[in-house]
Amino acid sequence: MADMTTAITRDDVLHLAQLSNLELSDDEITSLQADLGNILGYVEQLSELDTSGVEPTYQVTDLENVMREDVVKKHAAGRAELLALAPDQEKNQIKVPKVL
Amino acid sequence: MATISDYIGKSATDNVNKAIDAAEKSYEYHAGLSLTRERALERAAKVDSGEITGRLAGVPFVAKDNFLAFGAPTTAASKFLEHFNAPLQATAIEKLEAEGAICIGKTNLDAFAHGGSTENSAFGPTLNAADKTRVAGGSSGGSAVATALGAVPFAIGTDTGGSIRQPASFNGVVGVKPTYGTVSRYGVVAMASSTDTIGCFASNASDAELVMDIMAGIDENDATTLPDFFAPTDVKASQKIGVIKEFMTTDVDADVRARTNDYIEKLKAAGHTIEEVSLPILKYALAMYYIIVPAEISSNLARYDGIRYGARAESGSLSELYGKSRDQCFMAENKRRIMIGSYVLSSGYFDAFYLQAQKARTLMINEFNELFETYDVLIGPVSPTPAFKLGENTADPVKMYLADIMTVPASLAGLPAISVPGGATSDGLPVGVQLIGQRRSDAQLLALAKSLEGAN
Repeated sequence: MADMTTAITRDDVLHLAQLSNLELSDDEITSLQADLGNILGYVEQLSELDTSGVEPTYQVTDLENVMREDVVKKHAAGRAELLALAPDQEKNQIKVPKVL
Repeated sequence: MATISDYIGKSATDNVNKAIDAAEKSYEYHAGLSLTRERALERAAKVDSGEITGRLAGVPFVAKDNFLAFGAPTTAASKFLEHFNAPLQATAIEKLEAEGAICIGKTNLDAFAHGGSTENSAFGPTLNAADKTRVAGGSSGGSAVATALGAVPFAIGTDTGGSIRQPASFNGVVGVKPTYGTVSRYGVVAMASSTDTIGCFASNASDAELVMDIMAGIDENDATTLPDFFAPTDVKASQKIGVIKEFMTTDVDADVRARTNDYIEKLKAAGHTIEEVSLPILKYALAMYYIIVPAEISSNLARYDGIRYGARAESGSLSELYGKSRDQCFMAENKRRIMIGSYVLSSGYFDAFYLQAQKARTLMINEFNELFETYDVLIGPVSPTPAFKLGENTADPVKMYLADIMTVPASLAGLPAISVPGGATSDGLPVGVQLIGQRRSDAQLLALAKSLEGAN
């Protein structure tokens, strides 16, 4: 089972890296191509299982629609504390490089 | 090892100094990432003056470094958060502090809790408490080792697929992964939201029970928390206990099976009934886990973008900033999981992987539920092997994942499961035995473990 592999191409890795916002080095692309193929090859065994008519389970609490009072609450961390965490800031704003 | 009673009624300042000394003396194990000395001593002074009281007054503990806490950075053992000073504390820490407990430091983990050995820490691995050439287990390796070395009487950690139970097993301490929703995750770095749980390590089941009793309960800041159901209790007599056949095959280390059988003999001697049970779906549990959890990881870790907090890579454009920050700050295992998650959630693969895994999860829950109509508890090992050598599994991610094969089922089903020390292999390596119960039976599992402590 564990020695199955799924064919993952270099382009697949680049596409996944783009979806994942990762700028990978060439070495990483090569090693991830092998690792992702091995991991997907392992998990693919699930396709053997007959799940027709089975409902998926997304959460296991049995809780539904947990509500709270619609009131504004004071948060433990204020604006100044949160802004101070940003790597770069100016005039009470978080600063980023040019978008366009 | 230390127990909570060793610290009760003593000078809190002495307790804190003793724990910090012990942590510093065992630095070569690399269990800790930081000490919160100043804040700990301030709180100790308040305990000693009578200003702070409670069931854990003056008792030192350590927290896995994915709990937001004051007094030291919260790094999640990642370069991303290396200098992140939490603006608030996790509910679990607040609740322990409200009972007078004193956090003295933060412990090592696989970065963002991705791993089963603590070798994926950006700051280097933690060494096993029984054998420094072996892994601590993970991802809560530092908390397990700090407890096993006796630096503190208890430690807290997170368990998403075995991250408390497996290091507890590898280091010979009690480890508790509660029913999903028992303890608030507010203020804890999220990994996989449908299986993340908060639990603890201790040297005995009574101490673990007290810590879980304090941490359990509903929190309006975590909508998945359940109303507090945890109530310490005495063991129920004549329980019906099922030995999971799929966990006792010859693929499992012979000493691990032998120690599990020793524990089973103790259960029989205590008047419980033992029968072999089978959950055929377990052969697929690891595949389900390594689809569902990476999917949730890829979503939860999207927040690490170098903008609002954490590290930021130098770059000329916004898209380059995201890509470079994430490439430079995530560990290889973080990237693997994020990319697997992106794969199984992308169009064309969603139904075959993600949806199929969530359907398989339903089938597994059904198999557990059927058994719990007849059995009170299920038993088996925690891990197929004792602690492996440092570096032994790092080259092969799938081999590393296979170490989680016995812990992920309870996680996916939201069941409580605990690791109790079962003795050692012929090489002196600790072996943990796993007790799995139905949802909300956490206190019963601990009562059973308590009743067997000291039994021969």
